[in-house]
Amino acid sequence: MLSIRNLHAKVGGKEILRGLNLEVKKGEVHAIMGPNGSGKSTLAHVLAGRDNYEVTAGEVSYEGKDLLAMRPEDRACEGVFLAFQYPVEIPGVANLYFLKAALNAVRKYRGESELDAIDFLKIAKDKMKLVDMDPKLMERAVNAGFSGGEKKRSEIFQMAVLQPRLCVMDETDSGLDIDALRVVAEGVNALRSPERAMILITHYQRLLNYVKPDFVHVLQGGRIVESGGPELALKLEAEGYAQWPEGNVEVAR
Amino acid sequence: MKSGNKAVEELTQQEYKHGWVADLDMEIAPRGLSEDIVRLISKKKTEPEWLLEWRLKAYRHWLTMREPHWANIHYGPIDYQAIHYYAAPKPKDPAPKSLDEIDPELRSMFEKLGISLAEQERLSGVAVDAVVDSVSVATTFKTRLAELGIVFSSFSEAVHSHPELVRQYLGTVVPYTDNFFAALNSAVFSDGSFCFIPKGVRCPMELSTYFRINARETGQFERTLIVAEDGAYVSYLEGCTAPMRDENQLHAAVVELIALDDAEIKYATVQNWYPGDKEGKGGIYNFVTKRGLAKGTNSKISWTQVETGSAITWKYPSCILLGDNSQGEFYSVAVCNNYQQADTGTKMTHIGKNTRSTIISKGISAGHGQNSYRGLVKMEKTAANARNYSQCDSLLMGDQCGAHTFPYLEVKNTSSTVEHEATTSKIGEDQLFYCQARGLKPEDAVNLIVNGFCKDVFLKLPMEFAVEAQKLLGVTLEGTVG
Repeated sequence: MLSIRNLHAKVGGKEILRGLNLEVKKGEVHAIMGPNGSGKSTLAHVLAGRDNYEVTAGEVSYEGKDLLAMRPEDRACEGVFLAFQYPVEIPGVANLYFLKAALNAVRKYRGESELDAIDFLKIAKDKMKLVDMDPKLMERAVNAGFSGGEKKRSEIFQMAVLQPRLCVMDETDSGLDIDALRVVAEGVNALRSPERAMILITHYQRLLNYVKPDFVHVLQGGRIVESGGPELALKLEAEGYAQWPEGNVEVAR
Repeated sequence: MKSGNKAVEELTQQEYKHGWVADLDMEIAPRGLSEDIVRLISKKKTEPEWLLEWRLKAYRHWLTMREPHWANIHYGPIDYQAIHYYAAPKPKDPAPKSLDEIDPELRSMFEKLGISLAEQERLSGVAVDAVVDSVSVATTFKTRLAELGIVFSSFSEAVHSHPELVRQYLGTVVPYTDNFFAALNSAVFSDGSFCFIPKGVRCPMELSTYFRINARETGQFERTLIVAEDGAYVSYLEGCTAPMRDENQLHAAVVELIALDDAEIKYATVQNWYPGDKEGKGGIYNFVTKRGLAKGTNSKISWTQVETGSAITWKYPSCILLGDNSQGEFYSVAVCNNYQQADTGTKMTHIGKNTRSTIISKGISAGHGQNSYRGLVKMEKTAANARNYSQCDSLLMGDQCGAHTFPYLEVKNTSSTVEHEATTSKIGEDQLFYCQARGLKPEDAVNLIVNGFCKDVFLKLPMEFAVEAQKLLGVTLEGTVG
């Protein structure tokens, strides 16, 4: 489904990703772990198509298409979903209105008919239960005045409504207390499907207590320095990232 | 943010849609202003002597005044002698008795504007008075309103049909000495709307006026007067357009509202005068004085404006809260794109006890637009327990535009409360990217964000107008994001 080969990317003139390789097949859940500054969020933003992230080398193929050539909105319509680490507030725009506009944009792109308010509301109500979303929050403006936990939950809710094929979750677990973490994890688990791939980007192992990944990768110095199964996460938790000093990566270039 | 900026640019580059000129048979006064011209206008309208005298006093006073330059706007000198002060579609002989008899060219003009008068009359339940250049050309629904004792007609007509009312109220809220442009208007005003709601009557439909400048090198100086007697209610809408012209055209209107005990007047404007081209050439100078007098106890005056047009806007729809417990409201969306400039806001003068006022101002600047909010909240000594809440938000798109806020407060008693909140934000890359990451195109994202920003004001507009305002905003900002 997703194939990243030798990806190099710069932010503000500084090279952050330095030859990243990753293969993700449908149905798989990959966890990407790494210390601060290793390039985790950069990877997420490059996949979603954020400006100011300059890809200098490498390629990313998604469902056989050149992902990097697509506009951000087209990537979203093709089924790539980024759950933001810091979801943005849009004052005055009601959550449900926003989400309906988004879902209809995706449907239109796929040549499907747009949903009216009633049909949309049915879907939304259904998905709200999935992530234990407070319907009152849905009447408020997008992320406005939401707590950190509410914002993250709202991201998972959006994901549930939009039904993407590739979910990239950028530190969705950060800033959550245990209860919120569990709710978010349950939502993620409920969305796991043989047709859908997920990339969980995280700093800590604790999310992986609730969401069991098929693969764990260690990101260090802008590339993946080790890959393994769930046991790798536990090893990281015990030993930290020190065994992959950044210096080695520089040499490896 | 490259793609975002491009999107904002494209969004703002949409052409002005009302820029056509109708080929009407016109009657135009010679250029320039003099006592003779004032007399000519008055004569054309077969006005009574007192009104001519009032005009002449205004004209003489105007001669002693200077054009104000304190506003945060910049323009070259205006040659007041180069303007035609009177232009009117030639009257049909005899005068039209129904809409069917109106000049077909005129009717097709209104159809282009999306206002088919006949349709309006039949379907929408909105009574319309249409003013082209200087003259009111059609007023619909008059008979139905008359049954309730409501007078809704062109100003000139009211001068003849209800001279006592006009004489009683004209210039009582905005005297001709008020300011330079108000004095000019008082001297040469050609038409406008007059509306009188008698005691205890709730006007059963929205009243509406469409203003249109058509002729070249003319000024438009309309005058609107609305009086709501005890317990009366009226909701009034005005819309404006003008053709695209390379030269600037002056529009100096005066609007006076008077609300007696327990009366309520809602006044909404969607202003879409020609804003000039992308380089800032041409466009309307919209120098307008609007003021409401909440004269009676428990009276209420509410101004809502959506200002997307004009090269320069200079207007401060204000409320004088004289009656105890009276209320004033001002809800505004002002957009400046390309080289548009706006210096707009309100004045809330609290005189009565327990008076309340609310100010919600949303300024949007794009391109090289410069948008200033200027507001005065004045609590007189007598205004015990008066309260004001002001909120002024500015939204910037791109990095060439500007937003300015000039709030003034004068509080002369110790029991009043004044609150002021202000924010300035940029349509952020973050917001835009967030929307894109959910599948929305940048232009749709901008519309969504801008409409969200203006929501508090749009909610105050009657339904059809809110939809129109939203569309207009989309068109005005087409091509802009940042």
